[in-house]
Amino acid sequence: MNSSVEKMRASRKELARYDYKPASIERGYSGKTLYINISDQTIKSKDVTDQMKDIFIGGKGFGLWYLWNAVQPETKWNDPENEIVISSGPVGGITQYPGSGKSLVVTLSPLTNSVMDSNVGGFFGPYLKFSGWDALEIQGKAEKDIVILIDGDKGTVTIEEIDFQPGASHLISEQLTEMLAENEKDKMHISVVSSGSGAEHTNVGILNFSFYDLRRKAARMKQAGRGGTGTVFRDKKIAALAVKYSSLTGRSNNPADPAKISKTGVKITREINKFDNEQFRMRQIGTANLMTPMNDYDLLPVHNFKYGSHPDAVKISSDVLRDRFTQNMPDGCWIGCSLSCCKAVDNFELKSGPFKGEKVIVDGPEYENAAGLGSNCGIFDPDYVIEANFYCDTYGLDTISTGTMIAFTMECYENNIINKEITGGLELNFGNAAAAMELIHQMGRGEGFGLIVGQGVRRMKQIFAEEYGADPSFLQDIGMENKGLEYSQYQAKESLAQQGGYAMTNKGPQHDEAWLIFMDMVNNQLPSFEKKAEALHYFPMFRTWFGLQGLCKLPWNDIVPEGNAQTDSPEKIPEHVQNYVDLFNAVTGKNIDKEEMIRQSERVYNFQRIFNLRLGFGTREHDAAPYRALGPVTVEEYESRAERYDKQLEEDVGINPAGLSIEEKIKAMRKYREERYETLLNVVYKRRGWTENGIPRPEFVRELGIDFPEVMEVINKYI
Amino acid sequence: MKIVGVNEELCTLCGACETTCSTFYFKEDNRLKSAIQVHETDQDPGNVISVCNQCGKCIEVCPVEAISRNKKGIVLINKKTCVGCFNCVGVCPTGTMFWHEELVIPFKCIACARCTKECPTEAIFMTDVD
Repeated sequence: MNSSVEKMRASRKELARYDYKPASIERGYSGKTLYINISDQTIKSKDVTDQMKDIFIGGKGFGLWYLWNAVQPETKWNDPENEIVISSGPVGGITQYPGSGKSLVVTLSPLTNSVMDSNVGGFFGPYLKFSGWDALEIQGKAEKDIVILIDGDKGTVTIEEIDFQPGASHLISEQLTEMLAENEKDKMHISVVSSGSGAEHTNVGILNFSFYDLRRKAARMKQAGRGGTGTVFRDKKIAALAVKYSSLTGRSNNPADPAKISKTGVKITREINKFDNEQFRMRQIGTANLMTPMNDYDLLPVHNFKYGSHPDAVKISSDVLRDRFTQNMPDGCWIGCSLSCCKAVDNFELKSGPFKGEKVIVDGPEYENAAGLGSNCGIFDPDYVIEANFYCDTYGLDTISTGTMIAFTMECYENNIINKEITGGLELNFGNAAAAMELIHQMGRGEGFGLIVGQGVRRMKQIFAEEYGADPSFLQDIGMENKGLEYSQYQAKESLAQQGGYAMTNKGPQHDEAWLIFMDMVNNQLPSFEKKAEALHYFPMFRTWFGLQGLCKLPWNDIVPEGNAQTDSPEKIPEHVQNYVDLFNAVTGKNIDKEEMIRQSERVYNFQRIFNLRLGFGTREHDAAPYRALGPVTVEEYESRAERYDKQLEEDVGINPAGLSIEEKIKAMRKYREERYETLLNVVYKRRGWTENGIPRPEFVRELGIDFPEVMEVINKYI
Repeated sequence: MKIVGVNEELCTLCGACETTCSTFYFKEDNRLKSAIQVHETDQDPGNVISVCNQCGKCIEVCPVEAISRNKKGIVLINKKTCVGCFNCVGVCPTGTMFWHEELVIPFKCIACARCTKECPTEAIFMTDVD
């Protein structure tokens, strides 16, 4: 054991302790929630009610319900009342089906000031459940840095002070794992949740959930990336959470029908083995397999979402990244995941920052990191992308928001909205990897221009307008945020359905709700507003379901079964939908069908929409999109796709572009596209059972069975 | 190493191997719990004998390192370590990592040779391979 870990062990000071007998798991639930108030160090067990299971299911549903009960309409993200709730879900923790170990984090976000949910891998959620807790609910604020330890083997929960530096998340994971493990094998039984120094200085802090990689002998990390969950965590002065559980078996979740789970799991694992190499190559490249097709289809964000492709994108292509990833490793972020997409670059020597010269494991880059930190900033250097990915993770910065924030500052810099004086000497031109890297280090250190950038695009727009005299309307057009959250890394401009898929989200523009670009733009499967509305009902609901169960979305459609193209609705992957229905029923002993599956999601989705309303958001105005997400803002942007846009003006808008100036064409195009977006909102709201202002209709809320008095009180104010 | 060799042309589908294996390891005569399984196909040769050739592909994918080779080269599952994810079943190139709905973990041939002693036609036998 190294000396720093010995020192940590010697320094452990117990502030509070709770002994318990871990509840046995029955059909996917322990039936208990662990509540901890770190202000007064209360630790207690709460019952999970049947009503919670029926209406909110688990995962994100439980998080939303607990948070609703914890906060008031005026509660802010940094008030002690705000909570961080972590819950997996009833299916979470099974080992037989890929992608079954997710945790959902729910909190009030410093970026949006509203409800945030983030889906993350790692061992924490399943181990938490098997240690006796369906959810962990943390409220209050500590005075000094604390660590919360849950030992499911011994049945203890402790709040402790431990002497270690909480700045670098990869070291926290590694050192706490080492401190808690009795031997090498025992490290597999531990999962740590932590953040880093960047989370203390910015609004885009993440939570890293660790999973021990037996072959690499390292505590690797997956990220709850979106919306500043790590910022809340560090504001509460939580240095880390850790759970230990050492009795995992194929029956730990105690399902009602284990045979059906095994059968379904073996079927898809065989399918992955047979088809993955010829389909998405998830086991070789992970989500970075999208780099090449996105560029080919003009969908890769380039230069702050101005363009959709770039000749240099080949330098960070799918195959370039594949060659950097170590191959033939069981890279699942939960035990038994056969899709195994959690790729890593091994022995990467860092060229900058506090760990310069050290060789590290970099988890990723995934697609979002390579696109956000790379192409969107005009940087086509794989070494930069990998290094930036590492530092974002260990500083606790969301790679998606960080990419979009840096891209925004670069466009502002190139438009002389900000200059070297303001940036502290950083020449933030597109493509300047050194400047971008320094900005990330500044966010990690809490210094210089990094402090401004780290506040997010929405705050930067205000600062640049108020302090540097920038034109607010131009900043609104090019600042890629909605609801305060930065856009994730897909070019939505040419797909109306995806524009709605992003800006109509509950938490802000994250593709986990709806990813319709291919269906809409490439395959033209959604030609009418009605079809787009149907897709923007079905897919957000279907995808919400994963977050209720403790599941990952990827094994749904990143592997496609034989004969799928011949089904009635190939875009839904009907066989896999049935797999999920079977899994839920096999775990819980209930008997849902694919319609009830959507209904389960509708309850939680609408509850979240109403939660937004309760906090002062959630109406139509909050579903507005920056024009950059809808169409070409600038002359060079129009010119880059002039042929396409001219044709649209002529055929769709009914205007002859000949003789018009570029500015006139942009104006005409904008009017057309903004009107179409408003029409889209109308038809989608109607399909979702909402008013024209985006309020869930009272009769629909009653039909869903979420008509609690306090819920009806919120919507009645808007009806 | 010594593994179970097969000569499918000699197999009569009598099932003696299956009975021997499942009875010894699972205390019941149940061919679905046998680590060697025989069945008829409409191809040539008509009868197929499924038994592990000890290739070790399963070792690579086990997330908890429960599968390893012993000194004799035989691939074994550590029952205490296995978490029953069946990744090994999914990747097995010969379909001879078996699973059964009543069992939490998979099972496979460990080249104990018991079945070969009961085969009346010498369709299975112990053989040396590299």
